[in-house]
Amino acid sequence: MTPPHAASTSPGLSHLERLEAESIGIFREIAAECERPVLLYSIGKDSAVLLHLARRAFHPAKPPFPLLHVDTGWKFREMIAFRDQTARELGLELIVHTNPEGIRAGVGPFTHGSALHTQIMKTDALKQALEAGGFDAAFGGARRDEEASRAKERVVSLRTTNHGWDPKRQRPELWRLYNTRKRPGESLRVFPLSNWTELDVWRYVRWRAVPVVPLYFAAPRPVVQREGAWIMVDDDRIPLRTGEAPETRTVRFRTLGDWPLTGAVESQAQTLDAVIAEMEAATVSERQGRFIDRDESGSMEKKKRNGYF
Amino acid sequence: MEPQTLLRLVLCGSVDDGKSTLLGRLLHDTGSIPEDQLAALVRDSRRFGSQGDATDLALLTDGLQAEREQGITIDVAYRFFGTRRRRFIVADAPGHEQYTRNMVTGASTADAAVILVDATRGVLTQTRRHSFLVSLLGVRHLVLAVNKMDAVGWSRAAFDAIAAEFDELARRLAIPEHTAIPLSALTGGHVVHRSAEAPWNGGPTLLELLESLPVDEQRAARQPFRMPVQWVSRPDPGFRGYAGLVVSGAVGPGDRVRVSPSGRESQIARIVTMDGDQAQASAGQSVVLTLSDHIDVSRGDMLSAVTAPPDVADQFECALVWMGDEPMLPGRSYLLKIGARTVGAVVSDLKHAVDVHSFDPVPAKTLNLNEVGICNLTTDEPIAFDPYGQNRDTGGFILIDRLSDATVGAGMLRFALNRAHNIPWQPVDIDKSARADVKGQKPAVLWFTGLSGSGKSTLANAVERRLFALGRHTYLLDGDNLRHGLNKDLGFTEADRVENIRRAAEVARLMVDAGLVVLAAFISPFRAERRAARQRFAPGEFMEVFVDAPLAIAEDRDPKGLYKKARAGSLRNFTGVDSPYETPEAPELRVDTEASSVAQAVDQILERMRDLGLL
Repeated sequence: MTPPHAASTSPGLSHLERLEAESIGIFREIAAECERPVLLYSIGKDSAVLLHLARRAFHPAKPPFPLLHVDTGWKFREMIAFRDQTARELGLELIVHTNPEGIRAGVGPFTHGSALHTQIMKTDALKQALEAGGFDAAFGGARRDEEASRAKERVVSLRTTNHGWDPKRQRPELWRLYNTRKRPGESLRVFPLSNWTELDVWRYVRWRAVPVVPLYFAAPRPVVQREGAWIMVDDDRIPLRTGEAPETRTVRFRTLGDWPLTGAVESQAQTLDAVIAEMEAATVSERQGRFIDRDESGSMEKKKRNGYF
Repeated sequence: MEPQTLLRLVLCGSVDDGKSTLLGRLLHDTGSIPEDQLAALVRDSRRFGSQGDATDLALLTDGLQAEREQGITIDVAYRFFGTRRRRFIVADAPGHEQYTRNMVTGASTADAAVILVDATRGVLTQTRRHSFLVSLLGVRHLVLAVNKMDAVGWSRAAFDAIAAEFDELARRLAIPEHTAIPLSALTGGHVVHRSAEAPWNGGPTLLELLESLPVDEQRAARQPFRMPVQWVSRPDPGFRGYAGLVVSGAVGPGDRVRVSPSGRESQIARIVTMDGDQAQASAGQSVVLTLSDHIDVSRGDMLSAVTAPPDVADQFECALVWMGDEPMLPGRSYLLKIGARTVGAVVSDLKHAVDVHSFDPVPAKTLNLNEVGICNLTTDEPIAFDPYGQNRDTGGFILIDRLSDATVGAGMLRFALNRAHNIPWQPVDIDKSARADVKGQKPAVLWFTGLSGSGKSTLANAVERRLFALGRHTYLLDGDNLRHGLNKDLGFTEADRVENIRRAAEVARLMVDAGLVVLAAFISPFRAERRAARQRFAPGEFMEVFVDAPLAIAEDRDPKGLYKKARAGSLRNFTGVDSPYETPEAPELRVDTEASSVAQAVDQILERMRDLGLL
């Protein structure tokens, strides 16, 4: 039996460098092999890192694809401002799409419930936008550590002509070789952050000084408590219940989505270091703040089969 | 504090060995499971668990619903945990034989493998299979996790016996490094924390060992420089950069580099990044390089150190793991992707399959799903490569089926076959166009495909008479006639039919090269082979004629009495009866032999030849 190996003197690349290099390689490979890729930009920290990696991948050129934001109409105002400023400053093409049928029908989480709202304003809207743009590959910021069915997702995930995900048709991914071939009408979802964890994302934001939406940092904000979570009152569309009044609390968000569906946590973390320290000591997962995953185990798998990102 | 490094790990074993429990234990004892997930686990344990009322750690890592319900893991899942020193990415690979492809997938990127055995059962045939596959995939360090030590009372003798057997196995497979560790996933003993029950064991815990193993990039850094070019960056006319991931070695400005396969040489000018130019690019980094002169470099080329360039070849010996639902057919053309390069490739010879339990060669004509074989492989164009044993990134490839687009094979190049080196292409002065000019014609092949009895030979014969009367130099290659000579060693299995068409296409190509108009009449039932035949010719030289007759009509004609024999069961693999005919999707011409007379059909073919500029 050989003895256990002594720790090497040269540690090589740090884990962040290794993750960064892998993600950049994925961006380049898809840009080279697909006709019309798009970066699904949802404004949160994962999208911020995704965009930063895309810029690094193609520097000194700009990324050879546009950004697409599927706007449900219920994003935090600070997110929209951050989105527009980012696209402007970087000089990137930004496509914003909202499901027109959803707007006409006045779909929202308060009136239609989170499941229907998500289906119409997110899943259906994404399909519309991808089809309208003729995109054959969409980069997304999903990570395998987020949820059980994501743990088996490929880096390059094949979607049917209906944008559905068939776990049985996913291709084995060996080494750094990605099979990007598809038939007409089929498309790819590509996840350069597959092997990143939430903590990796934050440490990378700190290391590379990636700008993120200020909502991730603690500040006094108007909130109401709903089902055990703090919901920020971002505009006057929230139907306040009898006796319910917004109060000001020092809160921040671990994850950002539609404001009525995203719970804030009480926190004093006003800087990146403080956020990361909080994260390192964290005992609950980030998706706990998201109402869409809570229904039952396996709910994400069902959504993905129906075309959720 | 030293920055954390990243180790990729593949975990092999079956449910019975306690694989999911071990992974759950690693996650749990390193504090990697958030409280809400732990709460969900307690809930799920009552619903699906196999540990009675106790929390079933295995449920943490069994993802898809189907898997939970069946209680097995059917796909590779990736899990993450970390310690102060290291981050870990674990490919959780299923253990059963029918999931070999998943284990191979997980092993392909792993720095190390942990193979589980049950201490009460010792080294089993599946342990041998797992060890073989991870060694085939070039995993450097194997850890044998002898689980369920609590069930054998932490017996030192029991462990030593298993470890000795594993030593022998590792020696036989020439695995560079290996370690056996006694542990119990159920109690947690010796996984993350030491077990008080085994004072005799002074070795590291599983986690301690994993924290100290070297990662592949440290080894790759000492190899010669290699970078496959993924993307050519030209943001403006003044800048031309080559983007890629340095898979081994390092370069800096001023270093001479070679471009393969062209063999041209240049010098690194800059290493460009968003944070300014870098002084060095080393293994594992994604960079953009610029060269000091404007030589031709494209996506798919490989940049390397001039002192130690990769081999360039188009014929190889390789090990192949088959991952397709359809069997691998020697002679069929697949797409091969290696580095950033995709080329056509054919398995020219399956030397033998390998028994994954005994490691012995076994004779085989095809490879089925999850089978491993040693093959000779020919690519359409020369590619730059290193033997897989030296460099995984420049020696590993995937095969893609041209019709389904599925990834059907994973291969490891071993060496170039000397034939390509020793038989260089002999340049000749008189070429195809000179020979064609002297004959005053455009050389081409008319490829007649259709069912037996559809009228291919009749039509080809009639067309040849007309062309001959027009003063054309022709030759008719007939499937049946070829089987009397050149192809007399071939039968009618799928593999033999593929080879039959490959040879026919090759002969037709030589004749076209000689300046002739070739009429080839072959059932050629498979699209993949017709496509491969077409690719042997220059654009415009190949005219596919689909001789279309309904099966009932062809069977009614039955000029050779073959359908009768096939229906009676005395003729096997007969197209249309018990072997499929894949209708052409875009032939240059479809001839309906039910609606047209032979003379009309000949007119249609000559007219189409005129359209295509062949007459």
